[in-house]
Amino acid sequence: MDISVFQIIWFVLWGVLWAVYFMLDGFVFGSGFMATFLAKNDTEKRVLINTVGPVWDGNEVWLVTAGGATFAAFPTTYALMFSNLYSALVLLLFALIVRGVSFEFRAKIDSPVWRRSWDMAIMVSSFLPALLFGVAFGNIFKGIPMKNDFAAINFSYDGTLIGLLNPYGLLTGVLFVLLFAVHGSLYAAIKTTGDLRKRSEEMSNKLWIPLLVVAVAFLGYTYPATKLYDNFFKAPVFLLIPVIAVVSLILVKVFIAKSSFHKAFLFSCLTIVFVVFTGVTGLFPNLIPSSIDPASNLTIFNSSSSLLTLKIMTVVAGIFVPIVICYKIWVYRLFRGRVSDGDVLENPDAY
Amino acid sequence: MNVVTLSQLQFAATGMFHWIFVPLTLGLSIMTAWMETKYVTTGDEMWLRMTKFWGKLFLINFALGVVTGITMEFQFGLNWSEYSRFVGDIFGAPLAIEATVAFFLESVFIGVWIFGWNKLSKKVHALSIWLTAIASNVSALVILLANAWMQKPVGYVIRNGRAEMSDFGAVLTNSYGWIKFTHTALSGYALAAFLIMGVSAWHLLRNNESDFFTRSFRMAAVWAFVASMGVAFTGDLHAVVISEHQPAKFAAMESQWETKKGAGMHLLLVPDAAHERNSLELLYIPNVLSLLAHHDPNAQITGMKTVPADLRPPVLPTFLSFRVMVGLGTFMILASLVGIILSRKADFTDSRLFLKIMVFAIPAPYIAQQLGWLVSELGRQPWIVYGVMKTADAVSKSISTTQVALSLLGFTVLYGVLGAIDIYLLVKYAKKGPDKDLTSIINVQGRA
Repeated sequence: MDISVFQIIWFVLWGVLWAVYFMLDGFVFGSGFMATFLAKNDTEKRVLINTVGPVWDGNEVWLVTAGGATFAAFPTTYALMFSNLYSALVLLLFALIVRGVSFEFRAKIDSPVWRRSWDMAIMVSSFLPALLFGVAFGNIFKGIPMKNDFAAINFSYDGTLIGLLNPYGLLTGVLFVLLFAVHGSLYAAIKTTGDLRKRSEEMSNKLWIPLLVVAVAFLGYTYPATKLYDNFFKAPVFLLIPVIAVVSLILVKVFIAKSSFHKAFLFSCLTIVFVVFTGVTGLFPNLIPSSIDPASNLTIFNSSSSLLTLKIMTVVAGIFVPIVICYKIWVYRLFRGRVSDGDVLENPDAY
Repeated sequence: MNVVTLSQLQFAATGMFHWIFVPLTLGLSIMTAWMETKYVTTGDEMWLRMTKFWGKLFLINFALGVVTGITMEFQFGLNWSEYSRFVGDIFGAPLAIEATVAFFLESVFIGVWIFGWNKLSKKVHALSIWLTAIASNVSALVILLANAWMQKPVGYVIRNGRAEMSDFGAVLTNSYGWIKFTHTALSGYALAAFLIMGVSAWHLLRNNESDFFTRSFRMAAVWAFVASMGVAFTGDLHAVVISEHQPAKFAAMESQWETKKGAGMHLLLVPDAAHERNSLELLYIPNVLSLLAHHDPNAQITGMKTVPADLRPPVLPTFLSFRVMVGLGTFMILASLVGIILSRKADFTDSRLFLKIMVFAIPAPYIAQQLGWLVSELGRQPWIVYGVMKTADAVSKSISTTQVALSLLGFTVLYGVLGAIDIYLLVKYAKKGPDKDLTSIINVQGRA
């Protein structure tokens, strides 16, 4: 098979890895920064942490895999994406590090000050990645100011951290924050009991309207701000992807109104996945466009690995990704029940 | 300082910090799995208490190991983008494979283990810690194979302005990587065993739970001895590959300036790199260096003088790190052997001096491991990929000194705070000792 077949396979996988990552870590971020509003006391905060306790670590690995897959399949993109967006990604790293340890550390000392400090840490370190990932992807959709000469192996970047905080980048950031806020509230609604559950259900309902407004604004502003729609005009059949995203978002509200929160959560998952697919489809065949020079776009063709590497990676992914999905489903089934106050108070191993 | 130096400092700092937590994870995961297996097969509740107590320390340590690992992956792109672009075709694959094959398994089943006590049968629960332990070790193997490729590049061709994969099998079977992995993993097992011995000794000195801690100590002493012997054995194999493929690194490790047949070794020497000599040389043992490097007392040793000055690694820190590491390794073999003998005696808790030494010996394997990485990475300089790419050419072009200085400062502060908290928690829970109340554990387990 021709190398372009494998480049397209890895482009699709690249999109899928990001989409699944945001779907899974999205509710961990969301319930993390919404905890302040959802949980009213220490026990309820612990309940929320324990709803994500068994799964957050495995969810974060999708990010590591998305990063590793970019490195292996599109090394030039990996190299330039990380180094060009250096400051933003270092901030993101700091937040991810703090979030990871705060679940583990919070429960280890029984002091109100200690726990309140970690509550604050969880909130900030969950909110910041939600916003930063949105800002980063907004800028990737829009293109970043880089000049790449692939033949001469000469690359330059002319952007700054502040430059990333442009209106479209920020709007995408707010979109991610609201998507995850609703997603996290719905997760809390299906995983908790009592007042906490009630508050989470109400919160998901309340936040849906602002999410819809921002989503509409995002879809509208994407037209002048990016070239994402070009692919959809060229091949209208792909319009199905944003349509599914929008329909899913509407069904989230429909099922909230019917108090079918499991279904609402399911469609929230679909919304996130198809929002990412919409962006990724619009990017094709670019991974990161340049905002100043179309010849400098990082595409799947000019930044990919060799045919041999792509083939090896395809075999590895073909064998192991299905295995991963199987045991992840088993784990979600194992921990499918709701977490109650009693569960965390009685269980010596709870966070 | 320029971007290269700052990025090197940052990579060294974040890597060494990451490596405070990884070796304990590698060793303590297996030992905890062993204890739980003993509980499942014998039904002896002491093993369950041991699983819970040492498992708790394992978990406090585990969290930081995981999150600091993400930094390592991202930094290749952040600070070393020229490197990533140049070698990504061959170096990216192991990183992606590590995430898919091992890291997922480890991260998913650690959650199952922590939260699955009352949801799984005893056997499946024990299986979940085995999966975590195996996955951690496979992770280390794949990452060290990637590192080994930087030390001894194999299976590649230079094409299209980069290193491209030509033989994936060669990358996976790189002898340098397998020796490095066994050396490193075994030293992780030794480190975990020394932690168990040290904490047990602390409690035995205070007559806390003597039965519990004597049993823990006995088990750990055997592990520590076997692992430390293995470390020495694989270290010997490692020296042979290094002298063969990285003669400059070997010369720096031994501060050997002259090329010589049947070279010996000074037990005590002080390198003087500026004058290409040693300012002090004492206690000469003939032929031993040739023997160590090539397993042949008359083999030729390449001296540093044959290496062009601009291709030499920093001799003094490489030499010192290597010597102290070997010294600590020797101490570990002896200490664990004494531990095996003394802990079999009925009056073991009376060996107060030995127990005190073992408490203070907890840091020894940690220091040895850090020094081992210094030997490995300093000794490779000025190359990032030995003989193929220089470190100075590997750094990202689009980052500024200010950016890296700020991120280095950020990492230092953040890691400093988190490291202090983690060590505080480890000490707190280690001192607290095992839960007295067995019923709560049994109840939880009994529900399965």
